[in-house]
Amino acid sequence: MKPIFFRHYVCLMAIGLLLLPGLVLSDENLSQDTLTAAMSKLNAAYMTERSAAIEQLAAAQEPRAIVILQALLEGHLFNLIAENKLVIGAEIEAGYKLSDAKNGQDLGIVAREATQKINLNNALRVSLRKTLGRLELNASEVKVRIHAVQAIAKDIDPEGLVLLHAQLSTEKDRSVQDEIKLVLGLEQLNSTDKPQRLAALALLKDHASPAVVNRLNALQEKDATGQFVETDADVRNSAKTALININSKLRVYAAIETVFFGLSLGAVLVLAAIGLAITFGVMGVINMAHGELMMLGAYTTYVMQQLLPDYLGLALLLSIPAAFMISALVGILIERGIIRFLYGRPLETLLATFGVSLVLQQTVRSIFSPLNRSVASPEWMSGAWQINDFLALTWNRFYILVFCLLVFTLLLQILKRTRLGLEVRAVAQNRNMAKAMGIPTARVDALTFGLGSGIAGVAGVALSQITNVGPNLGQAYIVDSFMVVVFGGVGNLWGTLLAGFSLGIANKLLEPLAGAVLAKILVLVFIILFIQKRPRGLFPQKGRAVEG
Amino acid sequence: MNLFFQDKLAGSLMAVIACITVFIPLFNLLTPVDSVLHFSAYTVSLLGKYLTFALLGLSLDLVWGYCGILALGQGAFFALGGYAMGMYLMRQIGTRGVYGNAELPDFMVFLNWKELPWFWQGFNHFGFAMLMVVLVPGLLALVFGWLAFRSRVTGVYLSIITQALTYALLLAFFRNEMGFGGNNGLTDFKELLGFNIQSEGLRSLLLMATGLILLLAFGVSRWVMNSKLGRVVTAVRDQEMRVRFLGYRVEHFKLWIFVFSAMLAGIAGALYVPQVGIINPSEFSPLNSLEIVIWVAIGGRGTLYGAIIGAVLVNYAKSLLTGWAPEIWLFFLGTTFILVTVFLPNGILGLFRSQEQKL
Repeated sequence: MKPIFFRHYVCLMAIGLLLLPGLVLSDENLSQDTLTAAMSKLNAAYMTERSAAIEQLAAAQEPRAIVILQALLEGHLFNLIAENKLVIGAEIEAGYKLSDAKNGQDLGIVAREATQKINLNNALRVSLRKTLGRLELNASEVKVRIHAVQAIAKDIDPEGLVLLHAQLSTEKDRSVQDEIKLVLGLEQLNSTDKPQRLAALALLKDHASPAVVNRLNALQEKDATGQFVETDADVRNSAKTALININSKLRVYAAIETVFFGLSLGAVLVLAAIGLAITFGVMGVINMAHGELMMLGAYTTYVMQQLLPDYLGLALLLSIPAAFMISALVGILIERGIIRFLYGRPLETLLATFGVSLVLQQTVRSIFSPLNRSVASPEWMSGAWQINDFLALTWNRFYILVFCLLVFTLLLQILKRTRLGLEVRAVAQNRNMAKAMGIPTARVDALTFGLGSGIAGVAGVALSQITNVGPNLGQAYIVDSFMVVVFGGVGNLWGTLLAGFSLGIANKLLEPLAGAVLAKILVLVFIILFIQKRPRGLFPQKGRAVEG
Repeated sequence: MNLFFQDKLAGSLMAVIACITVFIPLFNLLTPVDSVLHFSAYTVSLLGKYLTFALLGLSLDLVWGYCGILALGQGAFFALGGYAMGMYLMRQIGTRGVYGNAELPDFMVFLNWKELPWFWQGFNHFGFAMLMVVLVPGLLALVFGWLAFRSRVTGVYLSIITQALTYALLLAFFRNEMGFGGNNGLTDFKELLGFNIQSEGLRSLLLMATGLILLLAFGVSRWVMNSKLGRVVTAVRDQEMRVRFLGYRVEHFKLWIFVFSAMLAGIAGALYVPQVGIINPSEFSPLNSLEIVIWVAIGGRGTLYGAIIGAVLVNYAKSLLTGWAPEIWLFFLGTTFILVTVFLPNGILGLFRSQEQKL
């Protein structure tokens, strides 16, 4: 026991010594001194001195040096004339917002005239870029290192190649390795040595990036006389196989992208249609105002954002329950006020709810103006998830897909596990029998309609993120959502889900072949024909209720 | 004559239409402009438009009121008839177009088309065009109806796929590649059968023609509905299963009435286009078809003349309200529609009829 304990003790001592403040301080002082010296040199009028200063800064092994050099390269490094001090300035309307170059301290805002930019000539800029690249290669963050590799690749020279080779042998991270290999491969392809070029091609065939594709395509080109620009047939052929390899990869990416866009379109359709599926399936009510209930949801999002202009994300999250409540309330009003008088006459509910939809549209038009309102997306919903150079999935679509699945699962659980769900299913199966068993059918009807309408409102929140919010929002989706419900089979939520996704994917698959409009027409024609074959949709309802 | 005067209301309505048809054009043509009896060209074409809508409503009433098929795509047949007429009118423009091409309509020259597409051939003949006015909607209804009725697509499902049909056509006609003028449709017509399309004389003639055709269509529809065929059709509406069990081929009857109604709608479209001077894809929009349903519902379905009253009344209210307070129009239409559906399932006519019965 004792020796081990003793060894630990020694170790601790050693660490303690290393961390001794004095030691560290003196070390820091040393590099701080070089920093200060280099900085005052940088301020000098002569370019040669500046160049020396850059070297000195680079050698200083100081994180701050990278910041300073970066600012210098981007033209953000200034001399504050009054104090003869180097500062980093960010341009704003009133002038420059300054921070101390040495320690990043905030120095407030000054007028443009109070500063003098530290200039560079082109030669210096090139060498600075490389120096920075070299410095960044040693950085601990992967992102910075990749950036450095790209910076070096921009104007590559033998020195840079040596640097990259050296880095490759010590680099641990896979993505940085790949990036270096790509640069080296592209460079190697320019060499005169045939085996080297072939090796480079072998390396490049696993890299699907625009630069590689361009380079490989260039190798296949013919000049004006019909001769190949690339004279070596072996190189040409292996470039061709590499290109085929990459292209097949790209096709996979394209397929993934199509399926993703199809799913996200499907998600929108499903969101728009499940509320309809409930009211239609359970109550046999055709709710033509369903689209307008979605519109109400979208406008709720708009109002919420007006109320909380500084918290876009929060406003969006809050508008989900708010939209549900508002649309559900309006839905219950419609049910109690109109539809309840029309049970057993499904075609007439269609007409009456159409009347409602006109009134709702005009109400919104009168309150909010007939113009479209723009609803902003919070930051985490904008932009795209860049998986690689060829595959990017937009965040808003992605979230809507997730959201759709969430809503669907929730709804399914409500119908499966709650008291209300049980009653809803009972009424859907046999209204009279349910009544006889003591289920308050009128109340169930109202709640079911409220639930369906509420989901329409929630769908509207999702829609507000991808399209314009205007009085006609609902109309654009009503025909589509009917198609989804009818295609999936009335009264079957899984059918609606499957129908929505398959119609979405079919639409996106057809789009590149036929164009967006024709694709839509083809899908519509397909559904019309499908209904002839299976008049009750993919998953028809069974039992006695069918003929009713 | 008995057909027109089965009941007092229908009789008086038909008399009013006959008067409009005969006298207004005559007054318009024969009286000087400043006379009290002179109707402006605007009034004449407005009346003509109402009467084409009445014909369209009548056609929907045949399928909905008598056969129980709530077709939400009636506007598609109307627009197809209108396009057939529009194509004839386009060909009549000849060299008077902007580009002065004798063969090709302006929009085709604009799209750099070299020759007339095959489906435009023959539309320079009036007779052929008129044939197409009934044949194209009729054929579409035949194919669509045959498919749908054979596989017993009924009720709500049928309504929704008819809506899908008109929606698909809307999208299709928006495409420039279709060869029907895309977004702008067909317009800038110059003459019809050699008469200037803007002239008051032609407007009056068109009003007269529309009125006569409406009266004729009403008579024929009445006759059909009173015949044995009509009774079977009505029976299908009330008890489809029972009619089928009695040995009737329900789908044949449905198909027959559906095609007939589509042809009437096509004729209405053909009469509409020269009077408003334009046909564009918006006529295919599902909303337009729903509006036709509103006319019939408000007027009272299953009566034929109810559809006529509804179409004229709603459109009159529309012209009035959209000119006076456009915001109110949709409120008005929506609430009227809700009220009528809930409280007056037989429309305005239901009011009169129930009173008649009480008396």
